[in-house]
Amino acid sequence: MELRPIISSLRHHALTAALLTLQVALTCAIVCNVAFMVIRRVDDISIPSGIAENELSVIRSDGTDTKQNPQALHQADLAALRAIPGVRSVAAVSYALPLNRQDSYGLVCTTATLSLHSKACKISTFYDGTPHLVDTLGLQLVAGRDFLPDEYTADDRPSAAIISRALADRLFPGQNALGRMIYMGRGPDALHVVGIVATLLRPGLHGPGGSQLSLITSHLPDSNSEAYVLRSAPADRARVLDAATKALFASDPTRIIEPKYVRTYTQIRAAYFQRDTTMIGLFIASALGLLFVTALGIAGLANFWVQQRRRSIGIRRAVGATRRDILRYFQTENLLIVTTGVVLGMALAITLNLQLMKHYELPRLPLWYLPIGALALEALGQAAVLLPARRAARVTPVEAIRGP
Amino acid sequence: MIGYYLDLALNSLRRTPVLTGLMVLAISLGIGASMTMLTVLHVMTDDPLPGRSAHLYTPHLDPLPLKYASVSAGRDASANLTWPDAMALLAAHRATHQAAMAGGRLQVHPANSALRPFYADGRYTTKDFFTMFGVPFRQGHGWNSSDDTAGAHVVVLAESLAHKLFGNDVAIGRMVRLNDDDFRVIGVTADWRPSPLFYADAAAQHYDDSDQFFLPLAAAADLQLDVNGNMDSWIVSSDDNMRRPTLTWLQFWVQLDTPAQVAAYRRFLVDYSEQQKSLGRFQRPASHAKLYSLMGWLAHDNLVPSDVRLQLWLALGFLFVCMVNIVALLLAKFLRRSNEISVRRALGARRGDIFVQFGVESAVIGLCGGVLGVLVAELGLWSVRHRPDDYAHVARMDVPMLLSTLALAVVASVLAGLLPAWRACSVAPALQLKNSN
Repeated sequence: MELRPIISSLRHHALTAALLTLQVALTCAIVCNVAFMVIRRVDDISIPSGIAENELSVIRSDGTDTKQNPQALHQADLAALRAIPGVRSVAAVSYALPLNRQDSYGLVCTTATLSLHSKACKISTFYDGTPHLVDTLGLQLVAGRDFLPDEYTADDRPSAAIISRALADRLFPGQNALGRMIYMGRGPDALHVVGIVATLLRPGLHGPGGSQLSLITSHLPDSNSEAYVLRSAPADRARVLDAATKALFASDPTRIIEPKYVRTYTQIRAAYFQRDTTMIGLFIASALGLLFVTALGIAGLANFWVQQRRRSIGIRRAVGATRRDILRYFQTENLLIVTTGVVLGMALAITLNLQLMKHYELPRLPLWYLPIGALALEALGQAAVLLPARRAARVTPVEAIRGP
Repeated sequence: MIGYYLDLALNSLRRTPVLTGLMVLAISLGIGASMTMLTVLHVMTDDPLPGRSAHLYTPHLDPLPLKYASVSAGRDASANLTWPDAMALLAAHRATHQAAMAGGRLQVHPANSALRPFYADGRYTTKDFFTMFGVPFRQGHGWNSSDDTAGAHVVVLAESLAHKLFGNDVAIGRMVRLNDDDFRVIGVTADWRPSPLFYADAAAQHYDDSDQFFLPLAAAADLQLDVNGNMDSWIVSSDDNMRRPTLTWLQFWVQLDTPAQVAAYRRFLVDYSEQQKSLGRFQRPASHAKLYSLMGWLAHDNLVPSDVRLQLWLALGFLFVCMVNIVALLLAKFLRRSNEISVRRALGARRGDIFVQFGVESAVIGLCGGVLGVLVAELGLWSVRHRPDDYAHVARMDVPMLLSTLALAVVASVLAGLLPAWRACSVAPALQLKNSN
């Protein structure tokens, strides 16, 4: 395909062509960055929690009778919940659970002196719970064992801990954490590491490397406000939650169960990430809107040029150009404009990313996004120009001698 | 003349319905997206107490030790006051009104046994709260300074809570059981909530929470009631008394009516810090003491999530691309009519006339795009309102925003039409006539 006639024809419409190029460049820059942000957020919201989320439901109960014995209350409640058909396993925790935003955290150290500035200390979530919590949550023990019955205690000084692999790696880099002592809390209390689980997410996210630092102590929940974790088949969860609410009210009608704290784990995860899902939806909508408007612009302008040039197309056809040549002409013209646009757009994408890094703590845009964005825009351009170009190809040589 | 241009414009647009449709669609999408986000930002940065906010200030002290590290990153432990400092500021009485406060979440035990116990959010505060913020009372009144000193078990209820508990009966004089204690109802306020809830602690949901009850701060401290908000302590001890001097948890607001009062209060805060430093209680420079105005405090607190700002930039970028698109399309459209232009020019139309003619055509497109854009923005806001984010439900378009949407659309498209119109009016009459076929 000879480029010269196309370029000289574009020179006649230099300003219009430049504007279209600018539009393609801006679209390319914005869409590359938006795609990057979407993929990052999708990564964020699919962070693994280490628990069997699709089989779990949680119900929070607050007792109003302060004279109740918490241990007896939990025993009775757990028995009542276990009796619900479809419930495979159940455990009580004080309040903290992965992604439920109710963190209980502090320093955990490999030395008896606790200091925020010490390398031997990390900030970790402290989970607790009744026996069978590890099984109920579906945690994967990669070393060691679950707590023994005599390790559980309701006082403030539990003696055993199960820690996440991430915490084990940070506290004891390159060593085996199993059987070691760790220190936490006011005492400081010494705990024996009896087990390591593959993954256990914190109640909130804390940036790369910080979100998986957690441990479970052998402490029994010790107030009459607690959260019950129920495990059942995924399809049974709604029914189980309903039955659980009824069972808990039946045993103590004065307790408070707020509907917003009766949730399946799917709901807990969705609630935690709802702002991110809003953003993902908005990003995708704006990117699609941009691509749509750009496609409209390309198609609209091509359509216009075809109409404007009907006569010259007719002349070209009369002197021997095939339909294919005409089609190719408009496709190549579009390729030229869009290619100039995306080359400019890739540079703009990097500039935009630098600005976003400065103001919104975004990481650097991986360079491989650029060619993908460029190819996508080229494809969009070709698709948009196809109809007008085919219309041009249908122009007959007779048009050459027709009036305007 | 404008009427004639309007006719010409409508004629021309009717001749190319597809292209016109594309331009109107592009501008309405751009305008709709930007106005959705601008409206969200507008309602989020709105004045929570119009008419009063100009005189409201919040003082801040820095009682932290020199070496203080928090396990909770990104949280300023000196954002709240300690009990002794708040009481000293109250007792000093240097402002027209002053009140200390903290959020609380209590169990409400209805006397009516048909109702189950439930949780309610409220505020522990001191007597000036109601007059300073202009809380409207439906029945009764707030409490007095002797109730504050004694920590009297009295409570002011919001209308909806009073109605839930007592139906249509008079609530004044009735007793309410909150956690494990009985409080006597002395007042009922209208359901009142500034948006954002500027006086709440940083942990609050500023666009969603509201106060259902108000009770004296001293009563809350006596009963060690749960505080719903950040509590930061820098001495590890088994002492969990809320009145201890090493625990920050209180918000404090003052009303200062004149600039002189404001300046005097600033000095007072520095002097107070200086005095505490000489007593050995404070360690950090007295110049850390600050006085924020209400709007200044909201800006400092940065309640607008960075996501919302990012969305706004994205929407504005989108609008810009739409405008470039329209410039290109208008340019092609106007230049195609070179024949018409040259005939009009040959018949005596001045360049200015041509310019105005095409300007009118751009404005017509803008107005259509704006009207459609309002619909797109309403759709956008509707979908924002259906998100569970705490700010979502306030996203509504008011009349000024509606008018500015239309104005923005017209301005944007007239701007977009400037370059094409200028190019069109520089068409030379003779040359074009000769060329015309």
